Amino acid sequence: MGGATTIFKREMVGFFYSPIAYIVIAVFLLFSGYFFATILAFTQQASLSYSLANTQFILSILAPIITMKLLAEEVRSGTIEMLMTAPVTDFEVVFGKFLAAWFLYLVMLAPTLLYVVFLTWVGQPDMGPIISSYIGLALMGAMFVSIGLLMSAMTRNQIVAGVSGIVALVILFFIGYAVSGTEVWYAAALQYIGTYSHWESFTKGLVDTKDIVYYVTITALCIFMAVRILESRKWR
Amino acid sequence: MIKVENLTKRYADKLAVDNISFEVQEGEVLGFLGPNGAGKSTTMRILTCFIPATSGFARVAGNDVFTDSLKVREQIGYLPENVPLYLDMRVNEYLMFRAELKKVPRRERRSKMGECLERCGIVDVQNQMVGTLSKGYRQRVGLADVLIHDPKILVLDEPTIGLDPNQIRQVRQLIKELGEKHTILLSTHILPEVEMICGRVIIIDKGKLVANDTPVNLLAKLKGGTILKLQAKGPVQPMEKAVKDIAGVTKVEVKAGDNTVKDFVVEAEKGKDVREDIFKTFVKNNWVLLEMKKEAVTLEDVFHQLTTKEEYVTTAEAAPGNVGAGIGRMVSGMFGKKS
Repeated sequence: MGGATTIFKREMVGFFYSPIAYIVIAVFLLFSGYFFATILAFTQQASLSYSLANTQFILSILAPIITMKLLAEEVRSGTIEMLMTAPVTDFEVVFGKFLAAWFLYLVMLAPTLLYVVFLTWVGQPDMGPIISSYIGLALMGAMFVSIGLLMSAMTRNQIVAGVSGIVALVILFFIGYAVSGTEVWYAAALQYIGTYSHWESFTKGLVDTKDIVYYVTITALCIFMAVRILESRKWR
Repeated sequence: MIKVENLTKRYADKLAVDNISFEVQEGEVLGFLGPNGAGKSTTMRILTCFIPATSGFARVAGNDVFTDSLKVREQIGYLPENVPLYLDMRVNEYLMFRAELKKVPRRERRSKMGECLERCGIVDVQNQMVGTLSKGYRQRVGLADVLIHDPKILVLDEPTIGLDPNQIRQVRQLIKELGEKHTILLSTHILPEVEMICGRVIIIDKGKLVANDTPVNLLAKLKGGTILKLQAKGPVQPMEKAVKDIAGVTKVEVKAGDNTVKDFVVEAEKGKDVREDIFKTFVKNNWVLLEMKKEAVTLEDVFHQLTTKEEYVTTAEAAPGNVGAGIGRMVSGMFGKKS
């Protein structure tokens, strides 16, 4: 696993030397701050549930932007050859990159903790749903980032990787959202496949193994597939 | 140190490396020579575990490249053809990252990096972003990276390509120095480079191994004789016979031409100038000599000669704009100087 931490450190340097990290964080804070302020003014409730629920869509767009260059750019620029001829396994490379992207995602979320501080200052928020929401956000982020990474593994073009990641996540979002509250027979299945219902239960204060399993399995699956795609250069 | 047995690599529709076998002894500097697309890079990529072979074996320092790939990679320092580096890092950051990736112990990393920076002459650019460096400097950063974990074996894919003449000289000097301590496999398509640095040469062409010898022996093969190209007007058979009878001429070949003007290719013994005798013969018989040219042997000719049993082919017949022609000029420069 030593290789993964090395890759992780290198990717952090890459993120913070490029404007990407700053732009993504700024855009996220702009939107989440806007949701927080308007929803708080409108509902007059010391709660983060509604504003965090709204961030999912923004995160679906921002996560693939974080991950789009991770593998695609290595292949395009040829640095993959330097990387894979060093004593490091394919899994370490993918996992290190995944950790870096996930960490950046968490860094992006960190300033929203100030909203919690602000809420405790103006009222008495129920901490349960807030804590569960953050657990949910972290798990959801792992899944988003792994899907973005998988897309980055599938192409050598960052833009294609980014756009297909966004499309995949937005579809996963709407697939459950569109049928929530309807009575169609396939509603339950689509809700389970989609991300919305799982995320919703976290914002309500529920930490359900069903939802944790959903996020963790998809994350693991995407990382596994990304490793396989990276290995595929060997049998092509 | 490196042992390659019946190595074959087939891409979807193309055979890149065709059943080659060779060995590199410890401490040897082996030149890997061939035109573009001959399979040099593919072979190197197999040896450095970037891609696996379709069939055959390769062992590096006793470890199989397929089954013990991580062990092999720890022992090899590999410089790929176009030196792909992360452009968004500073030189020292990049080298520290590579040192960590190549499992250099933490406390040795900094001193190792200092050593490599010094050795490759990049101390004064160590705080610059790699992306702002010129090609020559990037090449040296790549070399510093190759050396950072003190590998036993260096695999360098065209290390002097795209450098200016001074840089080429510096890099060659560096490689020469490294050859004293490391086993080096170096690919190139520049013949003089091989002569300067390498103890032994392997030539591959279209994926096949066509020669495995010392540069001196190879050059001797190259300089086997002199080739002249003649264009003359006169009766063909008597002309051919007369030229053949001149002392030193080993072979005369009649090339295409119309009824009166004929092209000849004449081969003469090594170190023997038959031009004067040919001229005198023509004058004596009252034939008209329109053209007489000493032909250069190109690298392509060597390949041609080595792969087929055919004798020398002249430059004039090589396709115009061919890569071989440029190299040929270099070779002939050297050729002329020596003979």
